[in-house]
Amino acid sequence: MHAVVLLKQILDWELPPSTFRIDPETKRPPDGLGPTLLGPFEQNALELALQLRDAGVVDRLTALVVGPADSTDSLRKALALRADEAVHVEVDPAEALDPSQTAELLVAAIRRLDAAELVLAGRQAGDWDHGQVGYLVAERLGWPAVGLVWHAERSEGHLLVRRSGVGADEQLAVRPPAVLTVTSHPSLKLRMGSVMDRMAANKKAITRWTPDELGLAPGQLAAARRLELTAVWVPEVKRECELIEGEDAATVAARLLGRLDELKLLTRPA
Amino acid sequence: MILAVTWDAERLGPAGRELMGAAARLGAALGADVALASLGGPGAAEEAGGYGAAQAFVVEGDHAASGNEGALAALAELARELQARVVLLPADERTAEVGPRLAERLGGTAVLHATAIDVSDGRPIFTKPVFGGKALATVAAASEPVVATLRRGAFAVAEATGGTAAVSTRTAPAADGAVELVATEAPPAGASLEDAKVIVAGGAGIGNGDGFAELEELARLLGGAVGASLAAVDAGWAPPDRQVGLTGKVVSPDVYFALGISGASQHLAGIGGAKAVVAVNTDPDAPIFARAQLGVVMDCRTFVAAMLDRLRNAQ
Repeated sequence: MHAVVLLKQILDWELPPSTFRIDPETKRPPDGLGPTLLGPFEQNALELALQLRDAGVVDRLTALVVGPADSTDSLRKALALRADEAVHVEVDPAEALDPSQTAELLVAAIRRLDAAELVLAGRQAGDWDHGQVGYLVAERLGWPAVGLVWHAERSEGHLLVRRSGVGADEQLAVRPPAVLTVTSHPSLKLRMGSVMDRMAANKKAITRWTPDELGLAPGQLAAARRLELTAVWVPEVKRECELIEGEDAATVAARLLGRLDELKLLTRPA
Repeated sequence: MILAVTWDAERLGPAGRELMGAAARLGAALGADVALASLGGPGAAEEAGGYGAAQAFVVEGDHAASGNEGALAALAELARELQARVVLLPADERTAEVGPRLAERLGGTAVLHATAIDVSDGRPIFTKPVFGGKALATVAAASEPVVATLRRGAFAVAEATGGTAAVSTRTAPAADGAVELVATEAPPAGASLEDAKVIVAGGAGIGNGDGFAELEELARLLGGAVGASLAAVDAGWAPPDRQVGLTGKVVSPDVYFALGISGASQHLAGIGGAKAVVAVNTDPDAPIFARAQLGVVMDCRTFVAAMLDRLRNAQ
């Protein structure tokens, strides 16, 4: 089965709130605020794809990115972990595509790939947290989707997946072609590649397609926008932390519980 | 029409009443009626009239059997028939998938994890956290209807109106069999994090699995649930479904005890909705203190032991 994993390179999500800023003009973080990395859920999606390849379920793996020039790093990483191909649909970062526009480009690229049957996407990008792209791709391809998956294996012509449901995990049988969005799980920590593979990856070619080559003229891409971002701001948090002190732990515990009662925050079971 | 959708079983629960509250206020601002569709049972639909709904629908069917395929088809049909401008869903694992797919089927726009809704020039404007909660954004839809999922705890519950609404029953269409539910695993032990008023969460500072057993008792005594940081889950001290943060659950308790949790951005992303954070850490410079209302500089295991003593004696 030919699988496609959708990647996105994002601003380091561990940047502390104290240094995080938004440029009110562009409505996004200023360039160079921090390093950009392969997003956390995309790392999980890539790991699940690699596990499916290890198990022989996937025999060909393509890493696909719609993003600015620095997205190449994420594709190199996928190649270093032995993805077979890497495809970059390069877009101008100033355009700030919405999930619908990104999905439009991804769908055009997936259709151009040879007989892809499985698409793996992160549940949400860790920057804008829209959580939509994988599902929009599924709907536009006319494929079923299963969200928040953390394990998959082959079972009699279909995929048996495990996912986070409401209040409990679920096991589902999915008949490809299908889209899975992937959530975090300890079993999906992205593996480290070998130095040899990393060096070899630098020599591999990355396929580059422009939106034009995918049949999406600028006007068509603009028309695909659904979300209008009207404002973005960093909320001012004026929270003075009140330290509870005392001569010993028992006194501190008693004072803290008293303070929580005063603030009417704790309604303990009678 | 504003269509609110609930999976509440039997009765309109707190999540359903929050949804109805948001729907009623939005309906009033847009001059639109509110309808409620219940996929959980007739109880919620029968109560909906008392919280401002003009119409209510029970959508029958084994919704879980086909993943979300059957429920999606039924909701798309109902939203089209009602010419809904806005569809509101409670934000959870199910609607993370249903929301965007439904919006796409309706040719509209999805907004996930909204924390506020305003109306400007007759258009709904949604506020949602971005960048793991480090920033907020307002978004509007270029194309209606809007399908929005609402964060638990962010919206005031609906006032009882004493009204009534006609309830009609629908059957969800059969799905094509591309997705089938094989099994639902046993729900994890312990109270649900999303509904908890008190969360006792442990991080690297807890040190081992035994420390988490103590947190279970502390949570029980406080009537709360146990949460964990990514570090604690990675160490195997707590199961993955307890993880709070960007890559785990987003919670909104009254009190969040962050015990031995340094306060990485990843973790703070999950607790933006907490009314008060109590931080306990040996490092007075840990970033968690910047988010906390109350703080204790102490080894968290010593603190937990003292809390357990105090609360056990109070029983």
